[in-house]
Amino acid sequence: MTVQVSNWNIDGKSHEKNFKSIVFLGVLWLSLFIAFLFLIILLVTTAMNGWGRYDLRLFTTYNNTTPADAGARAAILGSLFVVSVTALMAIPIGIAAAVYLEEFADRSKWFNKVIELNIQNLAAVPAILYGMLTLGVLTLLGLKNKNVVIGGSLALALLILPVVILTTREALRAVPQEIRDGSLALGATEVQTVTKQTLPAAVPGIATGTILAVSRAIGEAAPLLLLGALVFITYDPNGLLAGFTTMPIQIFSWTSAAQEEFKQVAAAASMLLLVILLSMNGIAIFIRNKFAKRW
Amino acid sequence: MSETSNMTKVEDFSLRSSSPRIGERIIRGTLFSASAFSVLITIGIVWSLLVPAIEFFRQVPIMDFLTGTRWAPRFVPASFGVVPLLVGTLWTTGIALLVAVPFGLGSAMYLSEYASDKTRRRLKPVVELLAGIPTVVYGFFAIEFVTRVVLKDWMGLTVGTFSVLSAGLVMGVMIIPTVASLSEDALSAVPLAMRQGSFALGANKMQTTLRVVFPAAFSGIAAAVVLGISRAVGETMIVALAAGNKPNISTNPLEGAQTMTGFIANAALGDSRVGSLQYDTLFAVGLLLFTITLIINFISIRLVRRYREAY
Repeated sequence: MTVQVSNWNIDGKSHEKNFKSIVFLGVLWLSLFIAFLFLIILLVTTAMNGWGRYDLRLFTTYNNTTPADAGARAAILGSLFVVSVTALMAIPIGIAAAVYLEEFADRSKWFNKVIELNIQNLAAVPAILYGMLTLGVLTLLGLKNKNVVIGGSLALALLILPVVILTTREALRAVPQEIRDGSLALGATEVQTVTKQTLPAAVPGIATGTILAVSRAIGEAAPLLLLGALVFITYDPNGLLAGFTTMPIQIFSWTSAAQEEFKQVAAAASMLLLVILLSMNGIAIFIRNKFAKRW
Repeated sequence: MSETSNMTKVEDFSLRSSSPRIGERIIRGTLFSASAFSVLITIGIVWSLLVPAIEFFRQVPIMDFLTGTRWAPRFVPASFGVVPLLVGTLWTTGIALLVAVPFGLGSAMYLSEYASDKTRRRLKPVVELLAGIPTVVYGFFAIEFVTRVVLKDWMGLTVGTFSVLSAGLVMGVMIIPTVASLSEDALSAVPLAMRQGSFALGANKMQTTLRVVFPAAFSGIAAAVVLGISRAVGETMIVALAAGNKPNISTNPLEGAQTMTGFIANAALGDSRVGSLQYDTLFAVGLLLFTITLIINFISIRLVRRYREAY
């Protein structure tokens, strides 16, 4: 609304249209344009690299030393299994932590300040270090084979936990104080206010954040690499202690393979991963734009 | 109803609940322990890195590690100078920033100062999609398109399969959303009154953006860039695929080099027994990586607080 202020011309001349400011606007446009262009080129070249491999082999067959027979069945099922367990671990703990920090914590207390600072830092800790932490935990538990579903899920859950906490907090913060006050004034307890008013009102924001966090877990490979997930697996993962591989790990292994033909399979699998992740991102953005209330 | 009875009623009424509400206390306690768990994660990271790292530094003097210029942990005789890995990290991070800072900041300025509400709501998600692309796919793209097609075929450069330039460029695009989104927050947080004052004095939009809004948002933008640095230092898959795994104090960005994360990823692929020196080396480099990103993150958090306090 106030942007119009700039269009007022007291002397009748437009100051917007001198050469310098047009160039400046052009540069700003260009920087946005480059981002879009990159996205499009990445999608197109990956799609083209994988041409000829968009068929059922990708879904039905296991990895193979012959590129033509190689498929991602074990990786697809592995991703599905590992990330589901990840979500089951990270989402409840993340939401609980966010509710505490946003609704109950007394922010002047030192330990709450420490927790807050700590979560901000954890969100920016390199992903690979979560793999090292998990390695340490699994060694402590005495597991010989580190490449197990529960290990991978633990690493990814620790990785996305700060993301879930931060986005949930933001969603809770957007709920106006009046709603809480109204609920408390009607005699609801604090916990009732949270479960019946604040949390339901924040659901779209929490859903958006959670979907983005889970999609990060689907695409992440670094921590799993440390557990030794880069193995040749030709069976479906069938338990929490079963060995596994995931889509990003499988793509990594095919990309770094010596035979050129594996690049094609890698690109096809990348496309599958991109379609899954970009549609999850799309859904998250749709929920945010459609359902997020603006108070 | 007499007035006195009314008075006593008010005095009886307390804002505290009448019953102890044990259920609520249990719920609060559970929620608190969920957030306290995050502290446990940090302690866990430090512990899991420190124990093997101490073992490592018992055998390799810490100064040899930090100042040595030859990184050859699997050679005989082995050499554990981490400088080549730091140089590799510096190359990829530096190149990434050259891409991410101008483009990220340019996008942020357009979205915050020029775009209408509607345009912003449509364009911002597209920039954010760049953050949703998995890093292995970025790595694949760096090898197959940036190195092979752009650098080799189009620009005719003599570049091998691996180069820090290619890894850095693609990593730069990866961190554009980090820089853009945080900078946009900082720019939008500048009060409208400052822009109006600038316009009232006859400045146009470009002058207002560059001389009023940008300086006012500077600490927030700096925080965005610093967080971008932290992302770039810790990024693993792109460098593991595109930068190569040869430790190299390189002066030429067309050469490959190994970064700290690249070493960790590569060493993890090899088979090293728990407790061996090779295994401990991994954690010594991990500890260094953690320390560096911790310092960077705290600088960023500090800077964000500063602009939040200012307005």
